[in-house]
Amino acid sequence: MSGVAVPPDAVVVGAGIVGAACALELARAGLRVLVLDAGDVGGGTTAAGMGHLVVMDDSEEQFALTAYSVRLWRELAPSLPPECEFDPCGTLWIAADAAQLEAVRRKHEAYTARGVAAEVLDGAALAACEPALRAPLAGALLVPGDAVLYPPGAARHLLAEACRAGAVFRGGSRVDAIRPGAVVVGGRALPAGIVVNAAGAAAPELTPGLPIVPRKGHLAITDRYPGLCRHQIVELGYLQSAHEMTAESVAFNVQPRRTGQVLIGSSRELVGWDPATNRAVLGRMLERAVHFMPALAAASVIRVWTGFRPATPDKLPLIGPWEEMEGVWVAAGHEGLGITTSLGTARLLADLITGRTPAIDPAPYAPMRVLSAARRHG
Amino acid sequence: MAETAPRRVTADVAIVGAGPAGIAAAVRAAESGARVVVLDEAPRPGGQIWRHTTRGTLPRGARRWLERLDASGAQVLSGASVVDADGPRLLAQWRGEPLVVSAERIILATGARELFLPFPGWTLPGVVGVGGAQALLKAGMPVAGRRVVVAGSGPLLLAVAAALAGAGAHVAVVAEQAPAAAVRRFAAGLWRRPAKLWQAARYRAGVPRARHRPGVWVTRADGDTTVREVTLTDGRRTWTVPCDLLAVGYGLVPATELPRLLGCRIERGRVHVDEYQRTSEPAILCAGEPTGIAGAHAALVQGQIAACAALDRPAEATSLLAARDAWRRFAARLEATFAPRDELRTLADADTVVCRCEDVTLGRIDASWGSRAAKRYTRAGMGPCQGRICGAALQYLFDWTPDRVRVPVAPATVGTLVHAAALNTEPQDPS
Amino acid sequence: MSDVVEIHVNGRAVRVPASASLAAALLAAGESAFRRSVTGAPRAPLCGMGICYECRVTVNGVAHVRACLETVAPGMDVVTGG
Repeated sequence: MSGVAVPPDAVVVGAGIVGAACALELARAGLRVLVLDAGDVGGGTTAAGMGHLVVMDDSEEQFALTAYSVRLWRELAPSLPPECEFDPCGTLWIAADAAQLEAVRRKHEAYTARGVAAEVLDGAALAACEPALRAPLAGALLVPGDAVLYPPGAARHLLAEACRAGAVFRGGSRVDAIRPGAVVVGGRALPAGIVVNAAGAAAPELTPGLPIVPRKGHLAITDRYPGLCRHQIVELGYLQSAHEMTAESVAFNVQPRRTGQVLIGSSRELVGWDPATNRAVLGRMLERAVHFMPALAAASVIRVWTGFRPATPDKLPLIGPWEEMEGVWVAAGHEGLGITTSLGTARLLADLITGRTPAIDPAPYAPMRVLSAARRHG
Repeated sequence: MAETAPRRVTADVAIVGAGPAGIAAAVRAAESGARVVVLDEAPRPGGQIWRHTTRGTLPRGARRWLERLDASGAQVLSGASVVDADGPRLLAQWRGEPLVVSAERIILATGARELFLPFPGWTLPGVVGVGGAQALLKAGMPVAGRRVVVAGSGPLLLAVAAALAGAGAHVAVVAEQAPAAAVRRFAAGLWRRPAKLWQAARYRAGVPRARHRPGVWVTRADGDTTVREVTLTDGRRTWTVPCDLLAVGYGLVPATELPRLLGCRIERGRVHVDEYQRTSEPAILCAGEPTGIAGAHAALVQGQIAACAALDRPAEATSLLAARDAWRRFAARLEATFAPRDELRTLADADTVVCRCEDVTLGRIDASWGSRAAKRYTRAGMGPCQGRICGAALQYLFDWTPDRVRVPVAPATVGTLVHAAALNTEPQDPS
Repeated sequence: MSDVVEIHVNGRAVRVPASASLAAALLAAGESAFRRSVTGAPRAPLCGMGICYECRVTVNGVAHVRACLETVAPGMDVVTGG
């Protein structure tokens, strides 16, 4: 490996999409960056995720970070190679009945008031743009600026760009511990002025005290049916499924892939690190998909897999310094929004590290909030 | 809950696969009074070796087994594809509908498939497997007057060449990649297995015009919309043969996806079984090619042993054990004789498609990756064959271990997988 | 039962042996490209036994049907090259 002689300014632990994005921002800011991962690029939660670039309004803070991140993705889009499978398909938040359509209208106001383009579709307009959806549905909110991409491809691209900017990636390097000013790899301490813990759901193993738990999800992908699904489609109840830390929930969420395949989600479970397919949850998730899109019943599924979202108690990621240990920074806990918010996270983190003024207020994502919250409650 | 409950079948013994191993297991178990259900993907029982459209075309031994199967009382569900399994329960897709099978024991008789090694031109229409040519011929593919090259490795080459010639094809050459000396030693050893010798003699007689060339292999195929010419080499000399059908395959590999999904221990690519065909998993037995490629005779013996063990009457299988072990020794010699030569690793160039489902070329794949990273980086193995074709090739080319098996173990409709949870619930009492 | 059935291949009426698999019938009818690969190359059956998915065609409006596992039926409507 080159660059061993000169210790890096920053070690990024984790080569998922968040770590890759952080490496790119830090390298572009002029730091000597070393990226370490126990596996290879984008092999963890990144590989298991859906790949939505979506503005979400579960909270004001979530809206700010996702809207900022989607803007960064759209700036990047023209330079993304085909392997990233970027598709500016937009999102449809569908309303099943009149009450949900009211909620859609409120959502519309919230989005447009904050400068995110959105459009309310009635039932007929929705049926026209997604003919495979069940009819009648009350309508939908179309968010045309949302997109989807292939997360492992995007992570690999971001890391390659980081390496072009001088970063060094070492795969197959498990970090055993993070110490002040160093990481421990294979029993040897590797000095680094800054350590960025971007280890996703595994981040608490290296930085004890981070309140991140694995939240399991299932996904299924079909064979190629071009045109069957044209937008990312999400039921309005999705936010609720994502928000409540209940033991188990499913919500209708499908995505068209560039290949013509349909990616079907989503499920949420708190069962630790058990990767086995939960057939009851899978069945309910697929049933929900068929409920909204009956034509899917005849579509052939090629693969089903599970993954683990790094979930935090307040549904916001941890971005910033970890003041319990000198030189340690955190970029983790993105739950199911890490693909979207990777770019915003990385820019914010680099701004904080280099003393630039961030474009959005970083305070809501400060990792130390979880400690203060714990102490308040304690 | 799913709107409509899936159809359920309960049995003492459920058998997956209706080739010789599955048929023998079904016959033995059903004749002993057990309730038996057999699931098979093909339109008719018989497996690859006894594939047929009318039974009259089959050898007498095969006909007899099929007649016994008919009379045995075993329920045979043809066209049923097993897509998920857990413990002694199976989820199948049968005639487009989900079917849940609950059994006391499962006998996996999932057979084998051909090993395909990529070379330039192998994706052209008109390039088929050796077993593929045989299957298509039995299913009614016309070959009269066509110029055919049969190539690759293994005893199947001559059998298929004979069948093609018998159907009116002109077999230009049978190119066996194994060295002449190895093939001669193997043939000499056949004296110890009269059934095989008789078979071999018959095949040879069936290809009067063919030139059987050991130590020769295909390096490329050319054509615009379909194959027109095949390039052969013996390692020193290279020549071309015009043809409009190339049948090429490098022997068989055990089909172990379903056993792996069920957690059965796999050793050197084969399902590990004990003396009575029992796998490492309770209630799961395995017979035939998944336990090691040994052919139909071995499969028939193993299927019967598995049936006896499945019914907890292993003593009844004692008389069969010696025959099974003899076939195992035969299988070892088969494997040693026809192992693909190293030169076959170098046939594909950077532009050769390796993953046919996703059109991933060899040049895009890095030998250091492994199968999971190759999936993520290139989509190799992400298509509907679930990596069955490219996985075996990449394993051979780069010594990669195959990625782990997931649900569904074969593509299944969303409408079928909605019922996956039925594998983990008791069947409802119909009363 | 008749020995021959009529099926429709890309709108063309074709008479094929009643016992044939759809894959064999299509080969008999002179179809060489069953499907187009993801980069547009013509593909046809390889394994003949349901493993490789190269023989996928559209049958009576259902996409991705493996022709090698289907038996022909009178009036079957088949579209290749998808």
